[in-house]
Amino acid sequence: MTATHVEDHVHDQPMSGVALRSVAIEALLAEKGLLTADEVQRQVNLMDGRTPADGARVVARAWVDAEFKARLLADSRSALAEMGIAIPEETPHLAVVENTEAVHHLVVCTLCSCYPWPILGLPPTWYKSAPYRSRAVIEPRAVLKEFGLELDDSVEVRVWDSTAEVRYMILPDRPQGTGEMSEAELVDLITRDSMIGVARAKSPASVA
Amino acid sequence: MMSTDADRQIANMDGEAALPRSNGELVFQAPWEGRAFGIAVAMNEDGLYSWREFRDKLVEEIAAAGEDATGSAYYEQWLASLEKLAIQRGFVTPEEMDARTEEYASGERDDDHDDH
Repeated sequence: MTATHVEDHVHDQPMSGVALRSVAIEALLAEKGLLTADEVQRQVNLMDGRTPADGARVVARAWVDAEFKARLLADSRSALAEMGIAIPEETPHLAVVENTEAVHHLVVCTLCSCYPWPILGLPPTWYKSAPYRSRAVIEPRAVLKEFGLELDDSVEVRVWDSTAEVRYMILPDRPQGTGEMSEAELVDLITRDSMIGVARAKSPASVA
Repeated sequence: MMSTDADRQIANMDGEAALPRSNGELVFQAPWEGRAFGIAVAMNEDGLYSWREFRDKLVEEIAAAGEDATGSAYYEQWLASLEKLAIQRGFVTPEEMDARTEEYASGERDDDHDDH
């Protein structure tokens, strides 16, 4: 694939300076044989296909299958592979931490935006914002309260700072009254925000 | 210092509900953002830099940009990171980048490549 493919987009409509610069670097790198437009498109397509629904399936499975949960907490890569979610060896480790009645976990990337893409897709804008990045570690309970989550003082809050090497997903606490629900029904209760830790999973009443 | 605008923004992140979404999420605000994302990841997968190197550069760019309460400059910082790494590695020169960008901006470069 030559740079021509990239440059085809240049004159579709007026482009901003940064847009033109992104075309320029892609074209130059492709001309020098360092990457191809197809490879770039493949990454865009991969990410377009990733949504929090993938993470929700994993959580639902962990809720109904205690042995799967144990495998997930111990070695997420192989447990996720069981569910068809590939995390190649050379990519960042994905750690899963479990919320309980005693401990509530919260995820942040204080320096940028590190996030468990393979199971949640791309992070929301607020996750990347300076206020969230600093306040999540300084005053997590206040941040949670702004998201509508108030925790009892007896609950310990642990904040996990993501890095280039390790990303985190929260396994939210299973809501009360869900004992009779199927795995597929449980998926609907599990939101992206509950897997970041700024919310709980939904109660069955809220989706009835 | 936290501004009240930022406080409201955290609490009202669904204020973005008015903007187009894919799978319930606003993924990229413009096509070039998705492209910049794809370029950065492809460069890593092609072995041009490690993810740690890209991430360290992005952290630098974000810190240099200062307070960005809305996160709207995020992909500009992303693009700057991959460009700086490409230059540092000698894959492209600043002159090539500036020249090519200018060629697109001025309309001098078009799809007919018989000219160059």
